Amino acid sequence: MENVFDWFNERLGLTEIYETVLDRKVPKVNWWFTLGSASLFLAIMQGVTGIMLSVYYVPSPDHAYDSVNYIMTGVQFGWLVRGIHHWGASLLVVAVFIHMLRVFFYGAYKYPREFTWVTGSILLVLTLGMGFTGYLLPWNQRSFWATMVGTEIVGTAPGVGGFIMRILRGGTDLSAVTLARFFSMHIWILPAVAMLVVGTHLYMVIRLGISHIPQEDE
Amino acid sequence: MSQNPSSSTIDRQGFVKIVMTFLGTIMGAVIGLPFINYFISPSLKGEANEDWIALGALENYPIGEPTLFNFTKTKVNGWEKTSHSYGVFVLREAGGKVTAYSNVCTHLSCRVNWQEEHKQYHCPCHDAAFDIHGNVLSGPPPRPLDEYQTKIEEGNLYIHLLEG
Repeated sequence: MENVFDWFNERLGLTEIYETVLDRKVPKVNWWFTLGSASLFLAIMQGVTGIMLSVYYVPSPDHAYDSVNYIMTGVQFGWLVRGIHHWGASLLVVAVFIHMLRVFFYGAYKYPREFTWVTGSILLVLTLGMGFTGYLLPWNQRSFWATMVGTEIVGTAPGVGGFIMRILRGGTDLSAVTLARFFSMHIWILPAVAMLVVGTHLYMVIRLGISHIPQEDE
Repeated sequence: MSQNPSSSTIDRQGFVKIVMTFLGTIMGAVIGLPFINYFISPSLKGEANEDWIALGALENYPIGEPTLFNFTKTKVNGWEKTSHSYGVFVLREAGGKVTAYSNVCTHLSCRVNWQEEHKQYHCPCHDAAFDIHGNVLSGPPPRPLDEYQTKIEEGNLYIHLLEG
């Protein structure tokens, strides 16, 4: 067992990765500093449960509502998987937001961590985007009209509003095209971008270390 | 770390490792099993492809003349419902024998009709003909009309519907 580990360790540098990523030196901090990890954990949970939901979910007006209904009533533990995805989504937005407030109030966004803050801001927008696109997918009355209102609000932007609204909806109406592109955004485009940005975000946290709690004389 | 390796007592670290492995396995199973179930649960439903279909009281069927009984059956797979319509010719014979033939032509699945004047089943698609017991008289069908297993309970006729 030890020999097997050593063989891989020598070639992959597992100990080094462990020491760099997890055995970092950190200042004395408090529980507010756990929110980044909490966000990452929730994001991974969303990914896992989201992949599982895609086993049964069909993004078409004919089947979306019924397939979600089937997940809830016909599939064993479907309620659990969807429940985690549903509540995890709200929790992720909350966690990301409080994480941002912590960084803001501790002034942790300052030099040399400005770009970490920028990537974090992008991640906040991506998280909200995932929430917005995911909300339509059950294709019930609430999700349909919420998306109607949401895209309508985009349409009120001066000049380009109508154009952006038509891009979001895939036409002038909220239709099957909207459902398909929201699904694509929700499971492919936004997660792919988010993974890149999360990677950058974490790289910078590891590279720069985390800031300490500001002292009175600072 | 300076412990004698031949000692049978376990140190604190070893104890924690064992307990963590044990608890971790239990927690992993508790979390993992529902997810495995989630994947395989539609596969766990047994064969629902057979059923006894009630065709009503036996007296309703005249003796010696094949009588058509139509019914539809709805199948549910996941969230999808599909209806199939079936036609069955019930032939009641003088000796009390009852046979049920599918009205689906064995050639290309057109529906056959009973022609009382010729005493034969006629398929409109390719002019095939079957006799009263479903045997091929003329035309392209490769085999006689399919027959359903029948049973009579309390004067009611049932046929055994197998799909697949």
